[in-house]
Amino acid sequence: MIEIFRDVKVDWLGKRKLYLAISGSVMLLGLISLVVKHGFRYGVDFRGGTIVTVRFQQKPDIEKIRQLLRENGAPDSQPQELAGRNDVLIEFQGAKEEDASAGRSIIINALNKGFQGKFEVLSATSIGPKVGDDLKRQAVLATLYALLGMLIYIAFRFPTAPQPGWWLLRLMDFLIYGTAAVFAAFHDTLLTLGLFSIFNREINLTVIAALLTLVGYSMNDTIVVFDRVRENLRLRRRDSLETVMNASINQTLSRTILTSGLTFLTVVALFIFGGEIINHFAFAMVVGIVVGTYSSIAIAAPLVLIYTNIRQAALAPAGAPTRPVVAAKMTKGPRPAKVR
Amino acid sequence: MNKRVRTRFLIVLGVTVLSIALFAGFPPSVAKMKEKVHLGLDLRGGTHLVLQVDDAIRAETDQAIEGLRQQLQRGNVIFRQLIRTQNNIFQAVGVDPAKDSDFRRILNERFTEWDLISTAGEVPNTYTMRLKPAQEREYRDQSVDQAINTIRNRIDQLGVGETVIQKQGGPGQNEILVQLPGVDDPARVKNIMQSTALLELKLVDSGPFPSAAAAAQNYSGIVPANLEVLPSVERGLPSGGEGSFYVVQRVASISGRDLKGAYPSRDENGRPAVSFNLNADGAQRFGRVTEENIGKMLAIVLDGRIQSAPRINGRITDSGIITGGATGFAPQAAQDLSLVLRSGALPASIKYLDEEVVGPTLGADSIRAGLTAAIVALISVVVFMLVYYRLSGVNATIAMILNLIILFGALAYFGAALTLPGIAGVILTIGVGIDSNVLIFERIREELRAGKTAVSAVVTSFSRVFITLVDTHLAALISAVCLFLFGTGPVKGFAVTLVIGLVSNMFTAVFVSRTLFEWVLNRKQRAETALSI
Repeated sequence: MIEIFRDVKVDWLGKRKLYLAISGSVMLLGLISLVVKHGFRYGVDFRGGTIVTVRFQQKPDIEKIRQLLRENGAPDSQPQELAGRNDVLIEFQGAKEEDASAGRSIIINALNKGFQGKFEVLSATSIGPKVGDDLKRQAVLATLYALLGMLIYIAFRFPTAPQPGWWLLRLMDFLIYGTAAVFAAFHDTLLTLGLFSIFNREINLTVIAALLTLVGYSMNDTIVVFDRVRENLRLRRRDSLETVMNASINQTLSRTILTSGLTFLTVVALFIFGGEIINHFAFAMVVGIVVGTYSSIAIAAPLVLIYTNIRQAALAPAGAPTRPVVAAKMTKGPRPAKVR
Repeated sequence: MNKRVRTRFLIVLGVTVLSIALFAGFPPSVAKMKEKVHLGLDLRGGTHLVLQVDDAIRAETDQAIEGLRQQLQRGNVIFRQLIRTQNNIFQAVGVDPAKDSDFRRILNERFTEWDLISTAGEVPNTYTMRLKPAQEREYRDQSVDQAINTIRNRIDQLGVGETVIQKQGGPGQNEILVQLPGVDDPARVKNIMQSTALLELKLVDSGPFPSAAAAAQNYSGIVPANLEVLPSVERGLPSGGEGSFYVVQRVASISGRDLKGAYPSRDENGRPAVSFNLNADGAQRFGRVTEENIGKMLAIVLDGRIQSAPRINGRITDSGIITGGATGFAPQAAQDLSLVLRSGALPASIKYLDEEVVGPTLGADSIRAGLTAAIVALISVVVFMLVYYRLSGVNATIAMILNLIILFGALAYFGAALTLPGIAGVILTIGVGIDSNVLIFERIREELRAGKTAVSAVVTSFSRVFITLVDTHLAALISAVCLFLFGTGPVKGFAVTLVIGLVSNMFTAVFVSRTLFEWVLNRKQRAETALSI
């Protein structure tokens, strides 16, 4: 039997300050990059404009293409060679407002002046700026609704007994697992977006789809860990929350690494074989799986612990010696299965 | 085989056969599969357009202004001018203060669709009217529906199968989505749609002139605001053919909205011409306009260009004829024009917001790339599972392949098209499938390590992991449904495969995999049997 991990006993939660430092600095780097580069590099889907992909019969001369475009009404366009065949991708910002498709004819007419009959148009996309704005808004909305939905779902599946205190705090007590999971997913999105800015990759509609998938994945990992925490809290009533969490993460570690590794494998297959269009998607997923796995261990569980510790400390009588934190009691949740 | 396992096997077999029948027919064949699994535009090549119906409301406002002008003149209410200030708002400036009650009465009786929103303005006695929002919405919807019908009629003439022509976006967006699989020349499509532009009949004020400048000269350089200069595409005119211009009323007497039908016919000289007739409302107005303007010329304007400008010889009500000038239409041209008029009574003009063309080469490339990626992913995962979990890996492999079969069956059943993001969703489904299997197998190993027998380890693991799987799948389902509801185009295609994949994975990873385990354990009939895991 091949086993990667067996009886791992790592004190994951003891290093929570380190995680905060890592996440914080990567996010800060992303933020700095965003400020320096004046925001994200949006794809044509969001900015509005035209992308034409052309396949030439012979290896094309990019300089000549650039010159043709410059001289024929598309001065700000950027031809860019694609790996593999003799494909060239041309982006064009012009031809705004009225007719989204005008950009396509400008580019094809320009190419016809130098390469008549020697190329084939593989695809052409023109998007008006209004559509771009709509898409951006819809993408953000879809993400927010998805996060809200999951917060509510997890809160109900992992409820904790509210401690005495202000009603908002009591509500927070109830929602803490859901909030932590959503925060972890949010953290992943922010981190990945930051990395997109640092690596100067453009954000288009498929990247948004990847980010949303990523949110799902991160949730998936977090829920697996939380689920084990829930089960263990019921079995090990004497242990502190920190001990239970560490044990749960260790118990699910081989699963976490295996799944992430295998999913990583499928996504790498996409990245390598999926072709030009899927490429941005695959990049987001490759980054996202690493970040998502990290956050389910380093962000979600520690957040619950930090919150519970603060609450417990505030509730303890002043001057009393601090005792190990007792696990937050689960009020509801499925019973352990009967063994037949 | 005990009864429980046998029932479970039958269910699994039934689902498998049904799914295969759904996407490949019964008996299965590649030909039927090609017919049943729809490919999206990005995979088979085609044109995707998003259009916006533009100024339906503006035209409506212009009509109202014209109507009010006539009512006021008839009621002897003196006013300085009527102007459209926004698409849905117009002003009556400087109305005779003594006739305030008359003005309000006309508004209340004849213009119930309009709200009087203000009586203030730079000029005293200025009234501002706004189209009621409900009415505006109705006009918008109407014009979008009409445009959709028109475009569908047109596109059907192209003989392209599986076209999609539908409303898109929220209320007030006026957007129309057009998808034409297999058409990679948008210029041709647009030619057909562009000619579906606006038909208007406008009274000629003066003309023809050889140039636009000459036309303006006639008004000492500045054409008044209620008039405009339009080019004519009439042939055989004394002024020299193509370069002729007319000065016409800016507001159309009759527009595409009022047209009932058009058909090729012959003019009085037996040359090809196009006859048209109007609906009741249009006929009434047309009758009045022609009666009041006998002897003047009426320009038939299509898409901003004058087709012909016949002289009005008498009162015309519900029908008219478009002649092709001195030489007449070519028979084909008369055919085409009547088709354009008949199907193309577009109430408003259209704007192209978004255009996407995928050539057939790229589509084929994408299919190849997507399939390669999926197969490489599947094989590497299967190899790993077999090496790492030995015989139980077979279990996982069967579950995974069955998952894909169900996924394709469901896609075919719902008639959902497989797109490139959809293939990404399929690959992700493979990922989710692995996760479920790994979760279960790791748990079984753990229980075995804790000293449980194989049978009890399998039972405990499945019931424990079931809870986790419900949680992870439901959470993922929530996000996939959000993607489907709030996403557009590619995001939606991705969400569809993901939703189906999640549901079918719940079945294969839990039910199918467990059945296989129980079958193996049952065959050996011994509680202490070792599992190959």
